[in-house]
Amino acid sequence: MTMSEDDARRGKTPTVGSGGEASDAEWTARRADLAERIAAQRARVDGSAAPERKQGGLQGLGEGLRLASEFVAGVLVGAGIGYLIDLALGSTPIALVIFLMLGFAAGVLNILRSVGKTPPAKG
Amino acid sequence: MANDPIHQFQIHRLIPIEIGGLDLSFTNSSLFMALTAAVGAGFLFSATQGRGLVPGRLQSTAELSYEFVANMLRDSAGSQGMQFFPFVFSIFMFVLVGNLFGMFPYFFTITSHIIVTFALAMTVIGVVVGYGIYKHGLSWFQVFVPSGVPGVILPFVVLIEVISFLSRPVSLSVRLFANMLAGHITLKVFAGFVVSLSALGALGIGGAVLPLLMTVALTALEFLVAFLQAYVFAVLTCMYLNDAVHPHH
Repeated sequence: MTMSEDDARRGKTPTVGSGGEASDAEWTARRADLAERIAAQRARVDGSAAPERKQGGLQGLGEGLRLASEFVAGVLVGAGIGYLIDLALGSTPIALVIFLMLGFAAGVLNILRSVGKTPPAKG
Repeated sequence: MANDPIHQFQIHRLIPIEIGGLDLSFTNSSLFMALTAAVGAGFLFSATQGRGLVPGRLQSTAELSYEFVANMLRDSAGSQGMQFFPFVFSIFMFVLVGNLFGMFPYFFTITSHIIVTFALAMTVIGVVVGYGIYKHGLSWFQVFVPSGVPGVILPFVVLIEVISFLSRPVSLSVRLFANMLAGHITLKVFAGFVVSLSALGALGIGGAVLPLLMTVALTALEFLVAFLQAYVFAVLTCMYLNDAVHPHH
């Protein structure tokens, strides 16, 4: 809505109290006008909310940093679990190798899940 | 050395306290954590002091942050997740204020230490697991068992799901910590170039303009990263809480 339009609207608003009571017809007209403006504003807000998931810029940067760390974390945690199992059982490289690969898979799963290609695991 | 880019992350004891052999000293890190909490809470207290129907500038800022976090939480965890609003909002404000504090010269950046961010991430995961088990009992662990998987590979899939879940606090904390640490080191290194180059005489002063421009650009980027990382931390907290509230869909 432009500024001049806004001013015009304010100008024609009947002043209650000073210049006599506004008639019922006038109030009805104003209510209809207000309802129309609210509907227009609501449509505009809803319309602008839909394409908000824009690519690039702030969102893209955050997304990129997120994906990298998701993957690395999966591999690190897998390797860590394998290493701890090896320490406990004395089976030195075997559990580390297996869990490193499982961690790799978990990292890929993390990435796929955070970009929404795979639904979250729900039983 | 004045140009040491790591120097800013050193922890000093301000008030040495030792209880039972444990070093519980009040350090500069503790000081800035306390300041962060105090400034975050103080901002909201003073902003909501007026309680105007038509908000003033300060009150609008507080309302804006409330709506921002509330929408974030409602979108990812539904209206049932709104019971965690105080938790998510506190975490968001703490990380945001801590990150922005780091942008002041000579201030200590609390989120550049992994122990701080890891403690925050473990709190989040602790709440997720604790609430999930409290609310759904042992059936909450079904979150690790995807449906429609053939029995032969199910153990592997469950194992991968468990590792994926355990990697959440790691990625959550490492992301925040690494971003803040790397950003502040980069800033310091480029600012150091300005000083070193300008010591080389007239030519050096001319050349020092380039890293100075870089420092200005990086400062803007760091403000962006400070906000972005607080946002990402809060969004992921909401998504993880969703698992605790709705384990099976």
